[in-house]
Amino acid sequence: MEFDLAALGTQFLVGLSRAMILFIVCSGMSFVLGVLRVPNIAHGSLYMIGAFAAFSIFTLSGSSSTGFWLALILAPLVVALVSLIAERALFCHLYEREHLMLLLFTFALMLIFGDLVKIIWGAEYRSITAPPFLKGAVSILGSSLPRYNLFLLIIGPAVAIGLWLFTNKTKIGKISRAAAVDREMVGAVGVNVSWVFAAAFVIGCYLAGLGGALVAPTVSITIGMDHTIIIEAFLIVTIGGLGNMWGALVGSLIFGLTQSFGALLWPQFAIVFPYAAVVIILIWRPTGMLKSVW
Amino acid sequence: MIREIPNLKSFGPIAAIFIVLLILPPIIPRFYTYLLASILVTGLLAMSLNMVLGHGMIFQFHHGVFYGVGAYAVALIVTKTSLPAWVGFAAGPIMAAVVGLLIGWFCVRLSRLYFGMLQISLGSLLYVIVFRWYDFTGGDDGIYGIPMPSIISSSKSSYYFILIIVTISLTLLYLILKSPFGATLEAIRDNPQRCEAVGVNVRRHQLGAIVVATFFAGIAGVLFVVLENFVHPDLLFWVLSLEIFIMCLLGGWFTFAGPMLGAAIMVALRTFVGIYTEYWTLILGVILILLIFFLPEGVMGYFLEKVSPQSTKARERTNE
Repeated sequence: MEFDLAALGTQFLVGLSRAMILFIVCSGMSFVLGVLRVPNIAHGSLYMIGAFAAFSIFTLSGSSSTGFWLALILAPLVVALVSLIAERALFCHLYEREHLMLLLFTFALMLIFGDLVKIIWGAEYRSITAPPFLKGAVSILGSSLPRYNLFLLIIGPAVAIGLWLFTNKTKIGKISRAAAVDREMVGAVGVNVSWVFAAAFVIGCYLAGLGGALVAPTVSITIGMDHTIIIEAFLIVTIGGLGNMWGALVGSLIFGLTQSFGALLWPQFAIVFPYAAVVIILIWRPTGMLKSVW
Repeated sequence: MIREIPNLKSFGPIAAIFIVLLILPPIIPRFYTYLLASILVTGLLAMSLNMVLGHGMIFQFHHGVFYGVGAYAVALIVTKTSLPAWVGFAAGPIMAAVVGLLIGWFCVRLSRLYFGMLQISLGSLLYVIVFRWYDFTGGDDGIYGIPMPSIISSSKSSYYFILIIVTISLTLLYLILKSPFGATLEAIRDNPQRCEAVGVNVRRHQLGAIVVATFFAGIAGVLFVVLENFVHPDLLFWVLSLEIFIMCLLGGWFTFAGPMLGAAIMVALRTFVGIYTEYWTLILGVILILLIFFLPEGVMGYFLEKVSPQSTKARERTNE
């Protein structure tokens, strides 16, 4: 294989856009982890539901480019609604319980969501197509890049900025950040902590759904995609620093880039590279690269 | 070195169960023999996890890896070399223990959650290697139709083989847990600082426990191959590890036989619900939620309160 600069550049940009999807999913997970202190195992399932919901909305609206934009807007909202129902109906009654119980609960949710998706959408492979102007490739400094990946490269930072504005500039964002650091005090000053948790949970799950809807045109949508993303998200959140949003970004970049460069170096074992990177980072810094919010 | 001889009161039921398991196969349909064997293998796996989880409070999040390593060691020796299968049977647990030593060596430096995360990452690394290395491990196709020695290839004889090995393994596990080594492990679980103060090398001790546990997980992996005659990368996948973890919680960690009960519940549930519907994980999820809501103390609450500083922290936090 030839290591020309253009291929390297393409691989870099593809890895970068993959990292953006991972970042959107992981920032949601990290946000929930930071506020609720529960690693949400069902996060990957919500990502999968996001992708399937995007497929349904896209098909229902006649597989047009309007359908794509509708799917992109509505699918994450569907996921947010699902998570809100799960949170208010069941999860919110468990906040008084031991930590391990919350973890078990999210695992139970994962099992249930996994089968619900199978019941609703079946086990076939699904796919949706991006609108025409996001198809094809563009050339950036001699490296060609699919337009859709370029689109992801714009969306990713936009989500990062949006999340930053939300956590730093809005009241609910500030409260949730405060709850992440010291929830007793937040409760003591008269904030309804239960609703803060609900908001954080729903926002985190919305991001999972958004990630799922965004990834939908680039992969085949199928059951089982939850299992892969959740382990990647776990590792990314850990190497970044638990609950740290920027850590999720750094972790996603490492994961996405090592994978795409790995594909260039040794295609068969491309998937091994990011895991090896995670292992090296965790042996070097077990608590993650950035400061955890705990 | 055994300080207390297991009293006869508890020996009676165990012997009864063993005799029942011994005489059942000719009476019951073949399918149930297979189911029993499956429960025994999974139960041994869960109990090996519980040795470090329940008795050592070590968050072994990716125990399935060692099960998979044991199974793959047998499968590879039988299919790739001309060595007799019995060599593979010995190599399985040894390989699992070696991998356990390597992974454990990196992990024991860390505590609880971080231990678990590093182990998940190391285990996942091993999983993706097995998953992609088509030339050597068969990749995601797995290896099917692994020939077993003719003496244990029929369903009845493999059942008896599994029953005998599981019985021996559990006896050994029990003796290890009742030995000073096991007592020290539980002491570390209850108060690591004090153990350190009285001169116990906490990390080395935990590493020892991990090696023992992974050895038994390797035995379970070997028995899996004896029972199913195939290996697949899913044996090393994190979902399986989480399932074993839940078997321990379900049956009651901190009890010796609890995980076997949990394994029996899970395997039976999967099989019988699986007959009526393919959506058995949905049922499992619902049952799990019901357990969490209505039976939390019955499953493990009592012990959590007693042992884990983390859970007391959780208590402080939630008692605001």
